[in-house]
Amino acid sequence: MTCEFFAEGDSFVHRLDPRLKLAGAVAFSLFLVFIQQIVTLLLALSGSIALAAFARLDTQLLLKRLSIINFFIIFVCLFLPWTIPGPSIALPVLPDPSINGMKAALALFLKSNAMVLFNIDLLSTSSVFALNHAMAHMKLPTKLINLFFFSWRYLHVLEEEFHNMRRAAFARGFEPTTSFFTYKTYANILGGLFVRSMDRGERVYRAMVCRGFNGTFPLLSHFHLHSRDLLAAAIFLVFLAFLAGMELV
Amino acid sequence: MKTPLIEISRLRFRFPEQHYLFRGLDFTLGYGEKIALCGENGAGKSTLFLNILGLLPFEDGVIRFLGKECRKPNDFVFVRANTGLLFQDPDDQLFCPSVIEDVAFGLMNQGLSQKQAQKKSEEVLERLGISHLAERVPYKLSGGEKRMASLATILAMEPDILLLDEPTTGLSERYRAVLVDALKAYDAKGMVIISHDNHFLDQMADRKVLLKNGEITDFK
Repeated sequence: MTCEFFAEGDSFVHRLDPRLKLAGAVAFSLFLVFIQQIVTLLLALSGSIALAAFARLDTQLLLKRLSIINFFIIFVCLFLPWTIPGPSIALPVLPDPSINGMKAALALFLKSNAMVLFNIDLLSTSSVFALNHAMAHMKLPTKLINLFFFSWRYLHVLEEEFHNMRRAAFARGFEPTTSFFTYKTYANILGGLFVRSMDRGERVYRAMVCRGFNGTFPLLSHFHLHSRDLLAAAIFLVFLAFLAGMELV
Repeated sequence: MKTPLIEISRLRFRFPEQHYLFRGLDFTLGYGEKIALCGENGAGKSTLFLNILGLLPFEDGVIRFLGKECRKPNDFVFVRANTGLLFQDPDDQLFCPSVIEDVAFGLMNQGLSQKQAQKKSEEVLERLGISHLAERVPYKLSGGEKRMASLATILAMEPDILLLDEPTTGLSERYRAVLVDALKAYDAKGMVIISHDNHFLDQMADRKVLLKNGEITDFK
């Protein structure tokens, strides 16, 4: 399913209430923003790794997902030691990197990985539908929820249409090269996709209006908190308190 | 004589910067009538449905629904509340996380409680022989299953009038038979069907009309 790489599973984490997972992910991300100590960040990352292991996520796929984020982070981290002033270490060939810059780069790397991994652990172990419902139950703005849901709902339709159009081109002997014709063909496909998505949006809206849509999505199913959710919440709060204690020491 | 369900006179409509699709179209759906709307591709059959429901504003003419003239966008809320439109592409019609929620969507908009909507949705799915699809994600269904689920979303709302746009496309023989039975059993006050499936039209429609060159005439 589009964007739902880890949603299927029967681990303890998978079975948690999506509302709790959403709240936990937001709280942990906000908490990490204020953490500066490398040791605390290392512990936070360890917690995220432990949670991933607990959720029995596919390690290879997880690393693949993390590598996408780290591709950008590492670029920033590489430059920080030479852009933040402070006492430096002498290097034979390169200019001397600052110790403060190196610390900042390490902190950034640990913080972003801990945050992303924790979010993957919690959010990707629920289906998008469940998260959508969770957001609705948590009284987030309706427009935001609808935007999120419809973006996801029709992403795969557009993806499918893109592949159909691409296949149609290939079926007629199209071979992508670095020629102007190739760029033009892809531009046509993307243009067509854009027009189709606009049309699709119009048609879906009409279908909704036909069935009395008035701006809000009625919810048919509801969540219930179980004892395992309360246990998870308690463990999470203890972990946050421990990290806060480590930071203040 | 009962008031016609839908009465269209001198309807003029065109898409922006295009030729007129309807240059004064007249059409009447009488009480209890089941009409097959035939015509070439691009003749404007689906567009006419959208005009009737006020989803595509027309330039000129009059649409009367149960005798009530509809001109302003708000007038058509009443039309839509009493009419079920089955879209040509089920992917347009099914937008909820699961089939049951899609069926319940219209019911809850009608003001039914969660329990009532759930119960009624289950009944309709059962009647159409697709109760096993209730918890399935709509876009992962086959073409025929999507079509049946779309029909369920319409029938659940119990509209007086049905506007069906290519209802048999992609249906297997089994689902086609279920569809015919369900439509025959459904107590619609009126029905307009667009289809290129002549056998289906012969089974369902009392009369056929032809939409050609922006006008509707009796099909010969």
